[in-house]
Formats: sequence, structure tokens, C-alpha cells
Amino acid sequence: MSNPDISVRNLWKVFGPGGEKIPKDASLSALSAAELLARTGCNAAVRDMNFDVGKGEVFVVMGLSGSGKSTLIRCLTRLIEPTSGRVLVDGKDVLEAGTGELRELRRRKMSMVFQHFGLLPHRTVLDNVSYGLQIRGAGKAQRYAKSREIIELVGLKGYEQHFPDQLSGGMQQRVGLGRALAGDPDTILFDEPFSALDPLIRRDMQAEVIRLHKEMGKTMVFVTHDLSEALKLGDRILIMRNGEMVQCGTGDDLVGSPADQYIADFVSEVPRADVLTLKWITGPVAFGTPADAPVLAAGTVIRDAIPAVMNSSCPVLVEDAGRITGQIDRDSILSVILGTEAAA
Amino acid sequence: MSTLIRERVPVRNTPPAAVRPQRRRLGRRTILLGGAAVAWLLGFIFLHGTATLNLPASELTDLHRTLNQVNAWVADNRADNPVFQYLLTPLRSAVDVVANLFTGIFAASTTGLRLPEIGWLGTVALLGWIAWAAGNIRVALLTVAVFIFFGLQGLFVDAAYSFALVLTAVLFTLLTGIPLGILAGISARVSKVITPVLDFMQILPTFVYLAPLALIFLIGPASAVIATVIYAAPPVIRLTAHGIRGIPADTREASDSLGTTGVQRLITLQLPLARRTIVMGINQTTMAALSMVTIAALIAAPGLGQVVVRALQSLDVGTAVNAGLSIVLLAIALDRVTTAASRRAEPGAARNRRISRRTRYILLGAGFVVVLAAIQLSRTMLWAAVFPKDLNIGPGIVDGVTAASQWLQTNLFFLTVSLREGVTNGVLNPFQSLLTDTPFYLLALVIIAVACALGRWQLGLVAAACLAVIICLGLWSDAMVTLAGTLVATSVVMILGVIFGVAMGRSNRVDQIMRPLLDAGQTMPAFVYLVPFLGLFGATRFTAIVAGIIYAAPVAIKITADGIAAISPTVMEAAVSAGSTPWQIITKVQLPMARKSLALAANQGLIYVLAMVVVGALVGAGGLGYDVVAGFVQSSLFGKGLAAGLAIVFLGILLDRMTQAAAVRPARKTAPGKPVRH
Amino acid sequence: MSRTSQLLKRTLPALAGTAAAALMLAGCGGATVNQAVAGNGSATPCGSVNVALNAWVGYTADAAVYSYVAQNKLGCTVTQKELSEQISWQGFGSGEVDVIMENWGHADLAKQYITDQKVAVDAGPTGNEGHIGWYVPPWMVQKYPDILDYKNLDKYASLFATSESSGKGQVLDGDPAFVTNDEALVKNLGLNYKVVFSGSEAALIQSFRTAEKNKTPLLGYFYEPQWFLSEVPLKKVSLPPYTPGCDSDPEKVACDYPDYKLNKIISKKFADSGSPAAKLAKAFTWTNADQNSVATDIQGGMKPEAAAKKWVDAHPDQVAAWLK
Ligand SMILES: Nc1ncnc2c1ncn2[C@@H]1O[C@H](COP(=O)(O)OP(=O)(O)OP(=O)(O)O)[C@@H](O)[C@H]1O
Ligand SMILES: [Mg+2]
Repeated sequence: MSNPDISVRNLWKVFGPGGEKIPKDASLSALSAAELLARTGCNAAVRDMNFDVGKGEVFVVMGLSGSGKSTLIRCLTRLIEPTSGRVLVDGKDVLEAGTGELRELRRRKMSMVFQHFGLLPHRTVLDNVSYGLQIRGAGKAQRYAKSREIIELVGLKGYEQHFPDQLSGGMQQRVGLGRALAGDPDTILFDEPFSALDPLIRRDMQAEVIRLHKEMGKTMVFVTHDLSEALKLGDRILIMRNGEMVQCGTGDDLVGSPADQYIADFVSEVPRADVLTLKWITGPVAFGTPADAPVLAAGTVIRDAIPAVMNSSCPVLVEDAGRITGQIDRDSILSVILGTEAAA
Repeated sequence: MSTLIRERVPVRNTPPAAVRPQRRRLGRRTILLGGAAVAWLLGFIFLHGTATLNLPASELTDLHRTLNQVNAWVADNRADNPVFQYLLTPLRSAVDVVANLFTGIFAASTTGLRLPEIGWLGTVALLGWIAWAAGNIRVALLTVAVFIFFGLQGLFVDAAYSFALVLTAVLFTLLTGIPLGILAGISARVSKVITPVLDFMQILPTFVYLAPLALIFLIGPASAVIATVIYAAPPVIRLTAHGIRGIPADTREASDSLGTTGVQRLITLQLPLARRTIVMGINQTTMAALSMVTIAALIAAPGLGQVVVRALQSLDVGTAVNAGLSIVLLAIALDRVTTAASRRAEPGAARNRRISRRTRYILLGAGFVVVLAAIQLSRTMLWAAVFPKDLNIGPGIVDGVTAASQWLQTNLFFLTVSLREGVTNGVLNPFQSLLTDTPFYLLALVIIAVACALGRWQLGLVAAACLAVIICLGLWSDAMVTLAGTLVATSVVMILGVIFGVAMGRSNRVDQIMRPLLDAGQTMPAFVYLVPFLGLFGATRFTAIVAGIIYAAPVAIKITADGIAAISPTVMEAAVSAGSTPWQIITKVQLPMARKSLALAANQGLIYVLAMVVVGALVGAGGLGYDVVAGFVQSSLFGKGLAAGLAIVFLGILLDRMTQAAAVRPARKTAPGKPVRH
Repeated sequence: MSRTSQLLKRTLPALAGTAAAALMLAGCGGATVNQAVAGNGSATPCGSVNVALNAWVGYTADAAVYSYVAQNKLGCTVTQKELSEQISWQGFGSGEVDVIMENWGHADLAKQYITDQKVAVDAGPTGNEGHIGWYVPPWMVQKYPDILDYKNLDKYASLFATSESSGKGQVLDGDPAFVTNDEALVKNLGLNYKVVFSGSEAALIQSFRTAEKNKTPLLGYFYEPQWFLSEVPLKKVSLPPYTPGCDSDPEKVACDYPDYKLNKIISKKFADSGSPAAKLAKAFTWTNADQNSVATDIQGGMKPEAAAKKWVDAHPDQVAAWLK
């Protein structure tokens, strides 16, 4: 990536006494999680993690419960102190930052939205949203003006004087979102922000995040264990298992070519037609296909291709970068919908 | 459609290491306990009366004599030692200034007619207003009623003295306690250091430090306030720390993620969120301070305590009860006001009010003008300065109570004496003999073995250390006398706890009737009921045990009742629908499910009984309590009293740790080894 | 909330407060009842006196008469403080106590506070004489006439046995503040008795009261003058007579307690202040009969002040002599 916003290199977090020795010790760092626990009593929640997040990208981290997602995202701002490695933000290593620098980073560069909101129950919505600004030392008038703007942006106008426990879960998370946005950070970190919400509200909130991303173009690191959420939001998705990265790529890549059985299981129930693009089912152009058959771009999602294929009496050609790469027909689409098509 | 990964995750296995085979452990327990019992009995029979370490009341060990030197040393160095000159004496003066300020305002000034700066009318109005501002209008009315009632009892000035001293003590307690609590809440290390000190402060009988304090700070209000601070500080320290530590991790993390500094976190997050718990701490501290009122009277603290002590000395039950009633009422008023204040402090409580904040401010402002008018009146008019003497129902209460107590003593004497003789000869004497007549080394081993059986070897180590200290202090035999009485009293407390606790837990009606009685039992100074008990039971260990039971049973009953009431209704429904009889429900469902509460009740009951050991010594308990009392009043026994106080502490730690271990995974809702109010 | 209402909310109470404070200040300027009435009393040079109040009624009688005279004839402000003996002595150092009206011996305290620390001085005898010893309730003397001799005590040991005394006879002791040789006495006289500590004066008195009322046996430590003796005239058991020095070794005591010449102790500062109340304290003497008459009145339900007034009114010459 040309100019990454965040680069993570060889990042380790080992919980437990003597954890700092483990990344350095090749014989120990090679052990599996269970063995490591039995041998040393330590728990390696993040192991040797490497990735980059580009500016304006929505980067999703996924994995089973306990795979180390929360630990990883907290290591980025050292809410959890990493054991070793590097986290470069704008080229500077967060791990070497002094207390003051770190505080500045948290105040201005990266803010976070939490699964359980983490709102201050004794403060009104307005005061919660302006909390970060207050911490920075902004004057009352200034921070309230800014906060009112943000409150409107996250759709809570009229609720400024309410207390958190007077709001629904979705509204509370809007406050959490507002609080993170108020400081105008470059990056927002989300730790399963919507998993405590019911499905309908979750969908609204996802739409909200997409909208905000479009409007403000912030970099986002988004932790979730909901695959459809990941696919919906993420430009790229990183899948973790036992603290390790298993695969990192676009949603399309994951579903179309899972790196191993673990990921294949992971994505097995995804409505593939919604995720995969035509490139995954494109076959060679058959002999009888007319040259004037309809053409679709290879990046089209299969579901979107259904009407064209169904309405066409012949197979449909697939084009990638101005070149015809193959064709699809009703059978290939139906096989995806039925889930019978062999994984690529 | 959303695919939740979590739904497909199999439940992760818990690591197997934590589970121990149940059978083997039980076997070890039984062997240890059985062996200990056999060894004890054999030792009692064959080594009866040897190595009992008995030390007659008037005899001292070298250690006691050494401790006596402390007394002389302090007396010699008070004038010119720098610690006194630059630390203790200024401290005393500072406390004195505040105490005099408050007593001057509410009770008696030092000039002129010795009327207070604001007379009864001003006091009533001011305190009522404060109760209103801090709490609500209901507690304000209660405060006004209670203080007027003091006047009617003929005890307004005494009550005002007590109130002023409690106020001073609470002020100093909060000034020191809240910062300490905050430190302990923020830093685990401070907390680790402070917790045992607090345990120690709470088990150490007040009498023990009363004498040294009087020695260092001289008798008078200053010493009384400082003694009260020592006694009353632990609750607010603990609760402040608890409140700060109890802030949800995610809230704290959210605040950290915004880049808060330590101070910002404290001010914007920790203090506001812990406010309610801190105010609860203030409540407990106030109650504790008030319960010191009578004891502080022994070192010349003015107030209701003086009335009670004087009445005790002339065996005037009526007057003692009259003053005791004042103390109970003062306790109720302070409790309700601080509780209301803690409700008000709840985050977001502001919005559930009927009247708006603004109206309230206006009303309060108006009320304050009325208060000032009342103060002005009470400064200029004699009737408003001194409570009218002819409005006095005090003598009525005194005479009524005296007559009732006379009647009881006359008519119940033989009944009570036979009860006493039965219990003493049937239970107490054999048990005490079992403890005092067995050789000390054997009994110590038995106790260590029991400790090992109840807990693990660490508990055995703790027990061994405690026993070693007691032996070194030279007070083994006295400690065993005290232990016997304490255990008998605690057993009765637990029986009462279960009976009444079950009744209260099962029925709201019973609960409502019992609560005020229990509150009174806890707040009524023991000195008040000692006199009628002396009449009924004589100066015996039995009387002391009864006094201990009265003091400790309310706590045990309340904890048990709360435990039983807290059992989920679903479980009860299931039991009823299975066709259980009430008895089956009690024995098969409620008691087993309230097991943690029962363990906590036993633990707290023990600590409370132990807190009465010294008071019990005033009516014949003997043992360590007597040593403490004697050390307080006789300088030649000073060292022995100090040693006895320490012995009580170590006995307390021993019993506390053992009862906690006895209940496997005991409920540790409260910190160990200290009376908590419920 | 709008700005104005915020402002109003803030300022309103503040305004009320200032107005009220002004009101109060105006009031303070004027004379309060406290000071106004005090104006009359300020002519007296006496000031205030802190009198320690020990538990027994004989003491109360002394203190009541002293306080009455100091208050009414000298115009002093008297504060009485309920304290135990030892603690009263400590009060000399802190200024909490000026006068102890009846002191029983306490050679150790006298050494500490009079000789060593020099915070107190002996203000001379009260004229009363004190006795300590073993007493029984009067009904026992009627029933067992020879019980008043210690040599016969063993004969009655089983009578005095209680559940507290492990089979032996019981000697009940009272307030631990009082000097007692009882454990040594039992041992050295070879008696089949055990000393049981009731722990307080109150417990001891209540025990004797119950014993007389219910005709139950009791042998206990007691002393006179004591108000309780006017309610129940306890009888003293004779122990081997006291000879000077027979109690010098506390371990070996085998004789009765000495007779105490009771005296008054006052604080050095008070004595040097030249206050007329200090002179009065030094001059105060009376007889056992005087004390008993006041004590009996108090015990009969009279307020100490009233009893004191009665006695003072009946003995004008004696009081005048004190005040000379
Ligand atoms: N403070 C801690 N001390 C010790 N171990 C920890 C700590 N926090 C997390 N862990 C361990 O680290 C591992 C990763 O935890 P983490 O919370 O990062 O998982 P997660 O992927 O966020 O799970 P979830 O989806 O349930 O939130 C887990 O095995 C957990 O037990
Ligand atoms: Mg997580």
C-alpha cells in the first residue's frame, strides 16, 4: 500500500507473567495456544500480526470469540500495552510514544467506539459527546457548539439533555459514535459496536456508518464477528484465529477462495450470490455463444447479474478491463444460489 | 440475513486443573477433624489442668511491664518531645478548635451564660434545612421532629453536644478517609497495605486505644474526636475505594481512549461515578461515630454519653433509657438523612423529580431566609435559645421505664436465675473448662488442625501465627475464657439469625415489624440495657453473653433475611409446584440456597460479638475484656490492657478467617473482619 | 435551558443568602441573650471551674455542696464532668479538670501528677474517712451471726459458690479502677474462695441489691462512705487487722485494707490562679455525718443541687468559715 495510515508489524500481545519473553523465544512462539498455556501459563492473544490500513479504508477484523480481536484493536492505541512489535501511525511508532504523545494521539488521531458504549451515566448526551473536547481543554461554548453539530450528524437532535439510560441501545451507540467523531480524529476504531443491538437497529447503524464514511471519509478499523456486517462494510477483511492472522483480503476473496477449511466453514453460510462477483463463476466462452450477447463487468455481484442472465436467451459475456474473460449462463448462476458450485 | 459466528461456537471447555476430586478432600477433612477431637478429649482427660498458662487478674508478665513503660514515657515526653510539639499537640489543638466551634454553635459557648451561638430554635431550623437540601422534605421533617423531641426529653443540650462532636468527628474522618479511600481505589498497592490496617482498626476494641489516646492527647473532646475518627474511618475508606474500583472497566476504558490524564479521570469519571458509594460510606461512618458517643464519654466527651454513663453508675435505668432513646433517634435521623442524600447523589437522580430544579432552588432559598430568622430569634430571645423547661416529658419516660424494669426484676428474677444457672452449668462451664483446662500446646495444635481441615495449610499457618501471638502476650487463659463466651454467644446468634431470618425472609409483614426493632437493638448503646440485665441475671458471664447476643443478633438476622428474600422467585415457584411442604421448602431450598448469606451472617455475628467483649467485661465476662477495662482505668495494668486488646484482635482475625474458610467459597461481599451495618 | 434561567438559578439563592447574611450580621451587632445576661455576672472575678464527678454518691455530695457554694456565693461557672478516678487525674494536665473533691489514696497517681509532672496539688483532707473491705448483705448477718469473722468464711464457702466460681466460694469484685488485694488475700489467708470480677461498680451494687432483696448469699468488695449503704446497710467482714507496712508487698498481703484519709486534689494552674474557688476547695472540710446527710437526701431522690442547698442553708457558719 502506497501510503498506509496504520501499519502493524510483528505485533504481539501475551497475557500472563513472563509474557514478554515469548515473542523472542522461537521455541515458545512456535507453540500452539493450548500448549503455550500449559507450558508457561501465558495466553498469546495477538501473535505476530502484520497488516496495513490505508487512508480512508474500512478495515474489518473478524474472528471467533476469544480470537484476540479486541486485544488487537486496543493495542493500536495502547489501551492494552502490546508485548512487542510496532504500530506505525503516520510513520511514528505508537509503542515508543511517551505519555504525552500517546495522550495526544488518543485525543486527536484515533478515537474508539465500544461494544457496551462506555457512556458516562452521570452526563447528558451533550456532555458525553463533548467529553473528549473537554478533556482536550476546549472551552465550554466551543465544545458545545461542535457537539451540537455532531449530535445532529448522528441523528440525535432533540436528545441533548437526555441521560444515557433514557435512550435505547441504538441511540446510546449513536452517542458513542458522536463522542468518537467529536474530536475529529483521522481514524475511528470500532470494537463490535453493534453486537449488543437487535438486528433491525443494527442494520440502521450499519447504514449510518456507511453514510458517515462516505461523508467524512475517515479511516475505520472495525471489529466484528458478524460476517455479513464485515462483508457489507469492509473494504478489506482480516480473519483471526487464536491470535493469528489467517487470511486478509476483500470479502470476495474470502468467500471465493478461502485460505483453509476454517475460513471455508466460516463463510459457508454466506448467501454467496450476494457476495461473489462474476469472476468466480466465469467459464470459458462456449462455441455457440453469439458475439452480440449481453456483457457484464467481472466485478458485478452475482445477484445483480440475475435479471440480465434470466432475460437473455443466451449466455452472458463477462468482461474485465475491456477484455472478454469468459461467459456465464443460467446454470452457473443457479449453482451458486443452490450452493452446489465447487469452491474455486 | 446475518450470520453470527458466535452461535456456531461450541462452548469452550474450562481448564480442568481447577477442579479437585471432591472425595479425597472430604476424607482429609474428616481425618483431621476426627483426630483433633480425639486428641483434645484425651488431652483434656489425662492432662487436665496442666500447662493452662493461667495468669491471675492482678499479675503481670515482663511484656506487660515493658508496655507499662510506654505510659510513663509518654507522660515524661509530652512537654518537650518534637513529635508531640510539632505533630500531636498541634493536631490536638486543630481538632479542639473545630470541636469547640461546633459545640459553641449548637451546645454551649464558652462565654456568658454558656448558651450556644444558635439556640434550639435556630438549631432545629438549620438542621432541618440542611436535611432538606441534602435529602428531601420527608427527612427534613424527621430531623425537626427528632430534635424537638430531644427538647421534650429534657436532653436538648446533651444531644446537641453529641451532635456537635459527631459532626466534628465525621468532618475529620472524611478529610482523611476520602483521600485515603481514593488512593486505595486507584492503586492496588495502597489498597493492599491499607486493608489489613483497616481490619485491625475495626477489631481492636475501642477501650484499648482510649487509654493511650487520652495519654497522648489528654482527656477531653479532642481525644474523643480522634478516638471516634479511628473507629469510624474504615467504612468510608473501604467504600470510597470500593466505589472507585467498582467503576465498570468499559466506562473507564472509554474515558482512557479519549486521552484523559489521571486527574481528569478522577474528576470527570471516578469521583462522579463513585459518589453514591462514597455517600453510603459517609452514612456508615456517621453511624459508627455515633456509636462511639457513649464510650467517648469515658474520656470526658460531653453529651448524651455522659448522661448514660452517669445513669449506669447510679443504676438509674430510667434515665439511661431516656438518653439511650435520644441516641437511637439521633442515629435514625442521621441515617435517614444520609441515605436520602445518597439517593440524591445517584447518577441521573435529578431527572426523576417532581419539582424542577429551579423551583427547588427558589424554595430552598426562601427556606434559608426562614432559617436565618429562626437563628436570629434564638440569639435574641431566651425562649428560643433554651428549650422551655416546662415542656418536659423526660421524667415521665424515666419513671415509666424505672417502674417497668423494677417489675421485671422482681417478678422474673427466679426465672432468669434458673435460666442463667442452666445455661452456665450445662453449656458454658463445661465448654470453657474444655478450653481452659486443656494444656495450651495441645489445644493450639487442635485449633491449627481444625484450621487446616477448614482451609488449606495457609489457614493453618495463619491460625498458628495468631495463637503464637496470643501465647506470647501472656494471656492464653483469658483468651480461652473469652473464646468460650464468644462461641456460645455466636451459636445463639446464629440460631436466632436462622429462626428470625427465615421468618422475615418469608413474610414481608414480619420483616416490617422486625426491622425497626433490629435497628434499635443495633444503635441502642449497650450501657443502657446492661443495668436491667444486671438486675435480671447478675454480674456473670451469662449477662455478658446476653448483651453480646442483643448486639450481634440484628446483623445476623438481617443478613439471613436478605439472603432468603433474595432467592429467585422462580426457584421458589418450582419448589412449590413440586408439592413441597413449607418445612421442606425451608430446609431443602431456602437454607441451602442462602448458604452464602448464612456464612456471612456467622462471620459478622462473630465479629459483632467480639466487639462486645469489652463491654461484657463491665458486667462480669472476665477474660480479655476485663484486662482491657482494667488497663484503661489502672495505670499499673496499662500494659496488660494493651496486650489484651492485641489478643482480642488476633483472636478476631483467627475466628474471622476460620469462619470464612468454613463456608467453601464464602460470600465476600464485605471486606473481612469488620462489623457492617445493614 | 436558556441562559437567563441559568443565571436566575445561580443568582437567586445567592441573593437570598446575602440578604439573609446581612440580616444576621445586623443581629450579631446587637447583644445576644447569651452576652446580655452575662453582663451581670462579669463583675465576679471567679471564672469557671471544672469539677470531676466520680461515681459514688459520697463524692456527689461533696461535689454538689462545693459546686453550689462556688456558684451561688462566689458566682463561678461550674462544669461537672462524669469521669473515672484515673481519668480525672489525667484531666489536670489538659485543663479538663480543676478539682477532684474526694480522693482515695492513689499514691501512684499522686507521685505521677503531683511530684513528677507537677500539674496537681493536694488541697487538704475533706474530713471524711474511708474504709475498704469485704461486705455481706445484712440478712446474712441475721441468719449466720458468725459470718463477719474471716475465720468462719470457709465454713460458708459452699453457700457463696456460684456458677462463676468453679465450686469455690465467690468474692465479687467491682470496678477495676479500685485498688484490690483480694486475690492475694484469698491466697494468703488460705481461703477456699475465688475472686470473680464483676467489672464495674454498677454490677457490684446491683448484685448486692439483688442479694438483699431475694435473700441470696453474696460476699463482695465494698467501701464506705458509699450512697448504697444508706439503701442497704452492708456489713463488713473483719479481716486480720491492718498494721502499717503489712500491705507493702502486694503478693504477700494478708491483712485488712488501711483506713483512708480522704483528700481533695486540685490542678496546679487552678491553685495558682488565685481564684476564690480554689481557696474554697482548699478550705472545704466536713464530717462523715455531714456527707451522709447530703448523700442520703440525694439517694432519696432529691436533686444534688437541692440537697446541697438544704445543707448549706442549715450550716451557714461552716460555709462562712470556708469562705473566709
Ligand atoms: N486482561 C486479560 N488478561 C488475560 N487474558 C486476557 C485478557 N484479556 C483478554 N485475554 C485473553 O485474550 C484472548 C483474546 O481476547 P479478546 O477479548 O481479544 O477476544 P475477542 O476476539 O475480542 O473475543 P470476543 O469476540 O468475545 O470479544 C482470550 O483468550 C482472552 O481470554
Ligand atoms: Mg472482544
